[in-house]
Amino acid sequence: MLQYPESPSTVPADITVQNVLKGTGYWRLVWSRLRRQPVSLVATVILLAIVFVAVFAPWLTPHNPYTTSSLNRLLPVGSEGHILGTDENGRDMVSRLMYGARLTLLAGVLPIVVGIVIGGTLGVLAGYSGGWVNTLIMRITDVFYAFPPVLLAIAITGTLGTGMGNMLIALSITFTPPLIRIAETVTTQVRTQDYVEAARISGADTASIMRHHIMNNVMGPILVYATSLISISIILAAGLSFLGLGVSAPLAEWGLMLNGLRQVVWIDPLLAAIPGVMIFITSMSFNLLSDGLRQAMDVRL
Amino acid sequence: MTDTPLFSVKNLVKHFPVHGGLLQREVGRVQAVDDISFALNPQETLGMVGESGCGKSTTAKLVVRLIEPDSGRMELDGLPLSRGRAWDKDFRRRVQMVFQNSFSSLNPRMPIASSIAFAPTIHGASRTKSMQRAMELLEIVGLDPSLYGGRYPHELSGGQRQRVNIARALAVNPDLVILDEAVSALDKSVEAQVLNLLADLKRDFGLTYLFISHDLNVIKYLSDRVVVMYLGKIVESGPVEAVYGMPRHPYTRALLDSMPSVIPGKRSDHAPLTGDPPNPINPPSGCRFRTRCPHAEPVCGKAVPPLLEPIGSASQQTLAGHEVACLMHQRGSGHSQAPEGEPVREAV
Repeated sequence: MLQYPESPSTVPADITVQNVLKGTGYWRLVWSRLRRQPVSLVATVILLAIVFVAVFAPWLTPHNPYTTSSLNRLLPVGSEGHILGTDENGRDMVSRLMYGARLTLLAGVLPIVVGIVIGGTLGVLAGYSGGWVNTLIMRITDVFYAFPPVLLAIAITGTLGTGMGNMLIALSITFTPPLIRIAETVTTQVRTQDYVEAARISGADTASIMRHHIMNNVMGPILVYATSLISISIILAAGLSFLGLGVSAPLAEWGLMLNGLRQVVWIDPLLAAIPGVMIFITSMSFNLLSDGLRQAMDVRL
Repeated sequence: MTDTPLFSVKNLVKHFPVHGGLLQREVGRVQAVDDISFALNPQETLGMVGESGCGKSTTAKLVVRLIEPDSGRMELDGLPLSRGRAWDKDFRRRVQMVFQNSFSSLNPRMPIASSIAFAPTIHGASRTKSMQRAMELLEIVGLDPSLYGGRYPHELSGGQRQRVNIARALAVNPDLVILDEAVSALDKSVEAQVLNLLADLKRDFGLTYLFISHDLNVIKYLSDRVVVMYLGKIVESGPVEAVYGMPRHPYTRALLDSMPSVIPGKRSDHAPLTGDPPNPINPPSGCRFRTRCPHAEPVCGKAVPPLLEPIGSASQQTLAGHEVACLMHQRGSGHSQAPEGEPVREAV
C-alpha cells in the first residue's frame, strides 16, 4: 500500500485539482477547436438540420409522402403547394425527401455504428494481443478485403434477399473490416509507446492500461475514419436501393427516388436531380466533418 | 553502505531469437545481454556506459521486468524475484523508470497532472490524494502546478517534459529509479539543469539510481560506481575514481580517449577506436573486444576472460571494487603483457 510522508503540502492552498484541470477535458478541447473551423461548423449545422428534419418528419411534412395523385404528376420545381414539385406518381417531393432522410441517415449511420462496435473491439483486441490472435483476426479481415465493397454489399443482399433489414446487415458486414484494420493499426502503434510501458512498470493491469492509455488514443482515429465512412455508406445504400436490392417501393428513400425519377430525366432534369443533390450534400457534410475532426484531434497542431 | 545491496542481478542472460527464411525458422540469437552481474547499493548511483547496441537498454528493461530474462537471478533487498513476482505490486512500486524519449513516454491525450497521478491510483491512493501528490511533485521538479498541471505534453518543452517524467516516476515513492538515457535527448544547458535536479531528488528522497548513458561526462558527474558494457558483457566495473582515473580494459581506455575534451591542447585528431562492434548474433569467441583491441593475442580468443580484480604493477594501486575482464591484468593468463605467476582459478 502506498504511503506518503506526512508533511505539510508545499503547494499553495488555492491551487486545487479542480482549478488546475478546469476545462482541460480532451473532448472539450476537441470541440473548442472544431468550433473555430468555419467549414466544419457549416457541415455540422447542415447535418443537424437534416437530422432534425428526419426525426420530426411526421410533423414537418406538408403532405403525406405516399399519397399519389395522377393529376399532379411531375409538377415542376416551384409549383404552388409543392415547392420542389411532385414525382412521377404525383407525390410531394418535399415530403418524400424528408421521410427519405430518415432511411438514408439510418442506412448511413447504423452500419458504421455496428462497424465501430464490432470492428473496433476486434481491431483493438488484435492490435493489443499481437501474436496469433492478431494473425487470425487480420487474415480473416483480408478475405473481406479481397472483394470491392460495392460488390460485397451486392453479393450479401443478393444472398440474404432485398429489404431494409438485409441491406443494413450487408452494409454492416461491408464496413466492419476497414474499421478492424484501422483499429488494429492504431492500437499496434499505441501499444509500443513508452507511456504504455511506463504504465506497466507502475503496476497497471491490462484493463486499466486499456481504459486510461489505449482507448483515448485509439478512439480518435477510429471516429475520424468512421465519419468518413458514413458518406460512403449513404452512397452505397442509395446505390443498392437504386439497383432494387435495398429498400423497395413505395418507401421514400433517396436512392430509390433517384431510380424512379430516372425515366423523366429528359422531361424535367432539375426534378430528377434533387434526390442526388441531397445525397451529395449529406455525404459531403460528413466528409468535411471528418476532415475537421481529424484536424481538431491532432494534438500536435 | 549496508551489506545487503538494494538490488542485484546475477548471471543475467537475454538472447533474442532471429527468425528468417521462408519458414521463419530461428536462424540465430542476438546475444543482447550475456551473463552479466552487478549490484546496486542503497542510495548510490550506478552508471552504465557503452556504445549503441551493447545491451544497456535491454538491461534496463530486464531490471524493471518489462521483459523476462532467459536465465539469471534478480534480487530485491536480498530476496529473489521469481517469475511469478513480476507483477508484484510491491516491486512495481519500488522500481520505476524514466525513458529517453520524453514525448512518447507521456500519454498525449492526458493533462500532465493526470499522467503523474495515474500510478498512485493503481497503488490504491484515492484520486484526490493522487492529484494532490501530482501537484506537489510538479512543484518539486520545478514546474508551477497551477500553470502546467492542466497542460498537455505537446505544450511543454523537452526539458519540461522530462521533468514531468521524473515526477511521474517518483509519484509512487520508489526506491530505485532506472534512468535510461534520460538526459541524452536534451540540449546541453537543459541537460545540466535536469542532472542537478536528479542529484537533488536523490538526496531528498534517498533514491538509488541506475543511470544508463553513452555520455561519459554525464556518468562521471552523477555516478558513484561505473559499469562498462561491450557487446552484452561487462568489461570493467568499479568506483568512478578507479575507472576514470586508472582505466584497465583497452575498451574503457578507448572510450575515455574518445571523450571530447574542452581543453584545446588535449584534443586528439585520431579516432582511438575504429570500426563497428561485431554482430551480436555471432560475437567473437573468448574476449568479445579482441577484434578491435590493439593488444589482442591468440590467447584472447580461447576463453571468455572473467571479471576479476586487476593485477597491476607496483605503481598502479588498485582501488577496492575495481574489476576488469581482460587477460592483460590477470596473473598467468598467457597474455604477453600479463603479470607472471599462478593463474587465478575461478570456482566452477
